[in-house]
Amino acid sequence: MKRLSPWLMLAVVLGYVFLYGPILSLVVYSFNASKLVTVWGGFSTKWYAALLENDKLLDAAFLSLRISVVSATGAVLLGTLSAIALVRFGRFRGRFLFSAMTTAPLVMPEVITGLSMLLLFVSLQHAIGWPDGRSPLTIAIAHITFATAYVSVVVQARLAQMDRSLEEAALDLGARPLRAFLTVTLPLIAPSLIAGWLLAFTLSLDDLVVASFVSGPGSSTLPMVVFSSVRLGLSPEVNALATILLATVAIAAIAAGVLANRNRKT
Amino acid sequence: MTGPAAKQPLDDRPAALILEGVTRRFGATVAVDAVDLTVRSGELFSLLGASGCGKTTLLRMIAGFEIPNSGRVLIDGQDVTHAPPYERPVNMVFQSYALFPHMTVAQNVAYGLKQTGMARSERDDRVQEVLALVELDSFGRRRPDQLSGGQRQRVALARALAKRPKILLLDEPLGALDRKLRERTQFELVNLQERIGTTFILVTHDQEEAMTMSDRIAIMQGGHILQIGPPREVYEYPTSRTVADFIGAANLLEGTVASVEGRSAEIRLQATGGAAMAESDIPLKTGDAVTVMVRPEKIQAHRASTGAANELSGTVIDIAYLGDLSIYHVQIADGVRVQVAIANRRHADEAPFTWDDAVFLSWHPGDGVILIT
Repeated sequence: MKRLSPWLMLAVVLGYVFLYGPILSLVVYSFNASKLVTVWGGFSTKWYAALLENDKLLDAAFLSLRISVVSATGAVLLGTLSAIALVRFGRFRGRFLFSAMTTAPLVMPEVITGLSMLLLFVSLQHAIGWPDGRSPLTIAIAHITFATAYVSVVVQARLAQMDRSLEEAALDLGARPLRAFLTVTLPLIAPSLIAGWLLAFTLSLDDLVVASFVSGPGSSTLPMVVFSSVRLGLSPEVNALATILLATVAIAAIAAGVLANRNRKT
Repeated sequence: MTGPAAKQPLDDRPAALILEGVTRRFGATVAVDAVDLTVRSGELFSLLGASGCGKTTLLRMIAGFEIPNSGRVLIDGQDVTHAPPYERPVNMVFQSYALFPHMTVAQNVAYGLKQTGMARSERDDRVQEVLALVELDSFGRRRPDQLSGGQRQRVALARALAKRPKILLLDEPLGALDRKLRERTQFELVNLQERIGTTFILVTHDQEEAMTMSDRIAIMQGGHILQIGPPREVYEYPTSRTVADFIGAANLLEGTVASVEGRSAEIRLQATGGAAMAESDIPLKTGDAVTVMVRPEKIQAHRASTGAANELSGTVIDIAYLGDLSIYHVQIADGVRVQVAIANRRHADEAPFTWDDAVFLSWHPGDGVILIT
């Protein structure tokens, strides 16, 4: 292995400090005994204890988790179906359009996604009376729409790698198409489904912009509560919560990365 | 399984597979063009051809992965032209083996039996039976990635045989094995086929493989079957230049018919202006443009003229030493070469000829085959 020159090393270190310094300071200050966010007053876990008393934050956290689980599951279902259509159905009419529309949310500005979803829900309510106002349901639907794109891309990569003759072998041995899918295709693409689910879960958990557009009264997600509390003044409790959130997302992201990596090897 | 199949003459056995005018087009290309074919029960039949000749598409239509644009596919007398793969009494050994990586060897073999709803105990017995057949009895609990290439090939074979198909389809089954193993596996496959008596249809681009293993070979090109026959027949009596050239090495000499007497004819060779004797079952008449095909190993070379009816003189211009035999390239006229194969019987022997030697070549009239296409 080649050693980096001191200057390059310095550049790398500075780069990482720039990227991770703020996050690290957030984690450190969550253990701060002082109420002032900018003054170190000794080590303490009291803000974590205080967090457990803060119903507003905890309710928001649980709501966020529920929405994330629902939208990750929904995104995996839809994303997998679209991946199968794109990889396995050959060159059907409109395939290019379908492919482009499936992946467009990856690059769509969140503000536009949020605004258009809001307009859709409002006009739907006028037209057919559903959905009845904005609620956790509308947030989950909005999250599914953009997370599906990520899942689809992950699952497509796996499906494209998979030897087509495995499915043919299952059919040849007498399995009907659905059975062949469930017993051969699904177990083999399962790692990508889990990776996709974790990805969708984290995307949903930390979304602020889209959720702000489509949430209703009483359905504030955690990022929304954190954001609004920051406007009223920084609270060390938020630091504690952010640390927990960070740990959760990091674990999910690492797990997704590991699974995606294992994907590539097999 | 069944005892050794009594080796009845092929023509007396019932047809396992009948193809009637089967055509498959992909867009503008015709992959398989109006193919008629009958494969007899218990036969080891090969589809031989270069890549893109349509042999794999033909096999996939028998398996049910492709549906013909026209024509009929009959398996065991039943029309299965439009039946999906999972309703056909055939099983396939895939080129990549397509073993399910998330299942053990035993689970792979049991997969097809599970789909039929066979009772568990019977299923386990059958799995053991077919694993024993391919000598992998003790490998049931292994996973495919813990096996060697040859073992994987045998698992694929066992899995396809477990359901006792009417026809076993093999798509380049030995393509992924190295040469030594491939030669041994060829004999093992033939022995296995003789023991269980199942009809095998094999797709291969390797003519040696087809020659070694098959009862009959169909040589394919451009979606057509050019010739069907036992290995010996397609080698000794090819019916076209393409087949002669594809199977083994062939010297093709163009000429015109000078005279005909029964099966034998005298041909005036274009290259030398000399005469050559050859035989043919095709009715010929004087003046027909034909090609005389002679295999390199059927030609004798001498230093002096022997006065034989078929004699060409020429000069040695190239020698390829292959160990067991040497191929001498003899120029008989400008731009016309004849290959002569001479066995190197004893290592003490000096090479009989060397570069620029003048030689006289001759062959038995019966060894010259007249081709009109």
